[in-house]
Amino acid sequence: MLGKLTLSAIPYQNPIVMGAVAFMALTAIAVLGAVTALGKWKYLWTEWLTSVDHKRIGAMYIILAGVMLLRGFSDAIMMRAQQALAYGGHAGYLPPEHFDQVFSAHGTIMIFFMAMPFMIGLMNCVLPLQIGARDVAFPFLNSLSLWLTVAGAMLVNISLAIGNFARTGWLAYPPLSELHFSPGVGVDYYIWALQISGIGTTLSGVNFIATILKMRAPGMTLMRMPVFTWTALCTNILIVAAFPVLTVSLALLTLDRYLGMHFFTNSLGGDPMMYINLIWIWGHPEVYILVLPAFGIFSEIIATFSGKRLFGYTSMVFATMAIALLSFIVWLHHFFTMGSGADVNTFFGITTMVIAVPTGVKIFNWLFTMYRGRVRLESPVLWTIGFMITFVIGGMSGVLLAVPPADFVLHNSLFLVAHFHNVIIGGVVFGVFAAVNFWFPKVFGFRLNETLGKAAFWCWLVGFYVAFMPLYVLGLMGATRRMDHYDNPAWHPLFVVAAAGAAIIFCGIVLQIAQVVVSLAQRERARDLTGDPWGGRTLEWATSSPPPAYNFARIPVVRDRDAFWDMKQRGVNMKAAVYRPIHMPRNTGTGFVMAVFLGLAAFAMIWHIWWLAIGGTAAAMVALIRHAFDDDRDYYVEAEEVRQTESLRGRAQLRSV
Amino acid sequence: MLIGSKKTGDPLPIMNRPARSRILRLLPLAAALLLSGCQWAVLDPKGPIGVQERSIILTATVLMLIVVVPVIALILIFAWRYRASNEKAEYRPDWSHSNRIEAVVWLIPCIIILALGVIAWRSSHTLDPYRPLDSKVKPIRIDAVALDWKWLFIYPEQKVATVNQVAFPANVPVEFHITSATVMNAFFIPQLGSQIYAMARMETQLHLLASEPGTYQGLSSNYSGDGFSGMTFKAIALPSQQGFDAWLAKVKAAPRKLDAASFARLAAPSENNPVEYYSQVQPRLFGDIVAGRLQERAGRLLARTSAHAHAAAPMSGMPGMPATRSN
Repeated sequence: MLGKLTLSAIPYQNPIVMGAVAFMALTAIAVLGAVTALGKWKYLWTEWLTSVDHKRIGAMYIILAGVMLLRGFSDAIMMRAQQALAYGGHAGYLPPEHFDQVFSAHGTIMIFFMAMPFMIGLMNCVLPLQIGARDVAFPFLNSLSLWLTVAGAMLVNISLAIGNFARTGWLAYPPLSELHFSPGVGVDYYIWALQISGIGTTLSGVNFIATILKMRAPGMTLMRMPVFTWTALCTNILIVAAFPVLTVSLALLTLDRYLGMHFFTNSLGGDPMMYINLIWIWGHPEVYILVLPAFGIFSEIIATFSGKRLFGYTSMVFATMAIALLSFIVWLHHFFTMGSGADVNTFFGITTMVIAVPTGVKIFNWLFTMYRGRVRLESPVLWTIGFMITFVIGGMSGVLLAVPPADFVLHNSLFLVAHFHNVIIGGVVFGVFAAVNFWFPKVFGFRLNETLGKAAFWCWLVGFYVAFMPLYVLGLMGATRRMDHYDNPAWHPLFVVAAAGAAIIFCGIVLQIAQVVVSLAQRERARDLTGDPWGGRTLEWATSSPPPAYNFARIPVVRDRDAFWDMKQRGVNMKAAVYRPIHMPRNTGTGFVMAVFLGLAAFAMIWHIWWLAIGGTAAAMVALIRHAFDDDRDYYVEAEEVRQTESLRGRAQLRSV
Repeated sequence: MLIGSKKTGDPLPIMNRPARSRILRLLPLAAALLLSGCQWAVLDPKGPIGVQERSIILTATVLMLIVVVPVIALILIFAWRYRASNEKAEYRPDWSHSNRIEAVVWLIPCIIILALGVIAWRSSHTLDPYRPLDSKVKPIRIDAVALDWKWLFIYPEQKVATVNQVAFPANVPVEFHITSATVMNAFFIPQLGSQIYAMARMETQLHLLASEPGTYQGLSSNYSGDGFSGMTFKAIALPSQQGFDAWLAKVKAAPRKLDAASFARLAAPSENNPVEYYSQVQPRLFGDIVAGRLQERAGRLLARTSAHAHAAAPMSGMPGMPATRSN
């Protein structure tokens, strides 16, 4: 009846895990209790869970990402603590089977359930506004994507309480991830969490490509699109091209594990190295999927806060496209040490280095955007400058790793770990925080507290250097990654320093939470009544903060790259003389319902509860078919209602999102 | 004193000098030349491969610093000079294009990458792990097998085997042939140079040479499961052929012999395995492991005698199911 699932799947005997489970359970109970006490269930369902409004979907993606950041960061703290303790005669506090889950969960969560939802959430919040659209091309699909991602994240969290997570590293290399070497449910949790959220991501990619290509405001030619929109377009093309490879790789691994096939086993003609190739054919574009939107964010911020046009827009666009293309022909640099031979290694080494050219151009362009500008050093700019310096260093270590013989001694070492945290924290995470500070007033209608924001920035910046520079050094000292224990006493002081760095970053995170709480409490004082708090240049600043559900009462006409800047220069009045009814998509719970059923089905697959797997999938399909036959999917906002909403604009009476 | 060399006792001066700490923070590599002591593994190589790799790391780093240092300086200078409160600085809000600057910003990275590309092309070929070293001395062949969680070394010419310890004379090229009888690992002796993957049913090669006698730390650098952290070994470069012969004699005096049965026992998972010596090795043992024959035989052998199917049949796809392919 319940497959492999028994009560013994709950790790009672492990106090650390049970403590975390209790904490998660209490938080969940507190949230649900608060919703009940405030009588907000109906509001939650009608306004949020069933919403197809891109701004709300974006906000929910970002909330998910923030929560998962805390989870992934707890894993980071545990690893840093273990490695600061476990040397020589000290075993530390985590046994290997627990430590191995911690680093696997850390990587999986940070990439799939922190960085990805942050980026997709930001695209949701900003992109339709930036191109002067009223929503994304497929609003229901957007809601489905969100809830599938949430379902995947929930599976990872459930693995903490019921069963265990993979002990294979974040990419689950076979043969270690094959049933023979990993017989438990850990790898199955990994596979199904990624499959479900991966499908959501692929659908998002399709959705945004269609939105950008088909729904731009009149006059916005491709070469007038804001740079964030450009980077989002390239990112989503990468998603659509790369994520199916992940889906297939995981599906083949699933066949191995569930049906005894031999795609990646050691025996009967299986080839584990094929998986490693496939996973990196997805995996390398993935890092550009994360960092390209960050490049777009920094481009918007640096131009806005320098009060100046972005330098070298055309260069920027071509550099973005070049990076997107090149990202597909560099995957082998993740395994130069497989013994592919000098010619193959050189080819992939040089293609990798070539990526440094367009990336370098971008850095120069941001630099010359500040040149002869009026740079306001507010927190989004601090993150941007912190990014530029940090990313240059990370890029340098990356190009170094692209030289195959250098990689032969640095591969899999902590030098490598330092490198990718250098570019992912310095690039993606700093980008996300810059973006949150920058666009928060647009989405929520009030500014974030600047003092706490700046303090958080300094903690993150200093903490990052203290945590990761020692790892570069440790890598050069021959320390490899993923060790739960080591004997070399010379490494120990550096591991302690790295742990101190993690503690400084922790202070940064605490300050960020405080920033949100304090800003929320003082929101009346920080209301953005203009819709344009920073002297913006692009269309999202042309509407009110927060924007009405329909974004623009009248779709703006674009005459320049910096469309809103141009309108302000020309003194264009955004107010319409005559209001017309606005055609809008109706909310639907189908995405949420489907994700619940598919999440259940995935959970059932993990525990071999076949009836539930079949039932859950069938129920999701029924929900989909029902939605397909539902003709009542749209409505009109009447002209009178638009007129009323618009007349309230800027007077803070707009309901806050 | 953060990092001190235990051997020589000299502290690492770099970490303590505040004046240098900034440079060090940006470029741990730049400090490398000044360092000594075995802690610096990759930057303190004891063989020609490692020496060349260190020189590539340093050359490439210096080449990139030519651009990186001015860029970082410019970021800070521009951000400060053009800060909003500095009304004296020139302000040109519509200036966004300059062919001359664009040409320079595309050209500079191109030139650096061209130089690095040449380095990558040349060094990939000269330092190809499969390429035999240029030496008049006949190389010694050692076969390395990754097991759960230890390293087995087979000396096919000397017909002995060891676990978690490998010895060879200094200044004699060593030709490693590497495979795995379990999941993927990577064979790495940081002070001698390159690493390479150890993969089941595949054979990789690695040519190394120790130019100084000494004991060097070896490890698996690719995570392979619970006992991974203890999967280390000592690589001993003996000062002379006589020293090596004496070590061989010690191994040959060991009581144990390595055949299919004892291999099956050895292949069972174990953590922090002690050093073991085998005075005799069944002929063609390494070839049998690469071909997967031994694991299958071991699987059948142990399937009858032991319940440890996991240890016994590491090659089969399903637990407790010995691979059925006949040879």
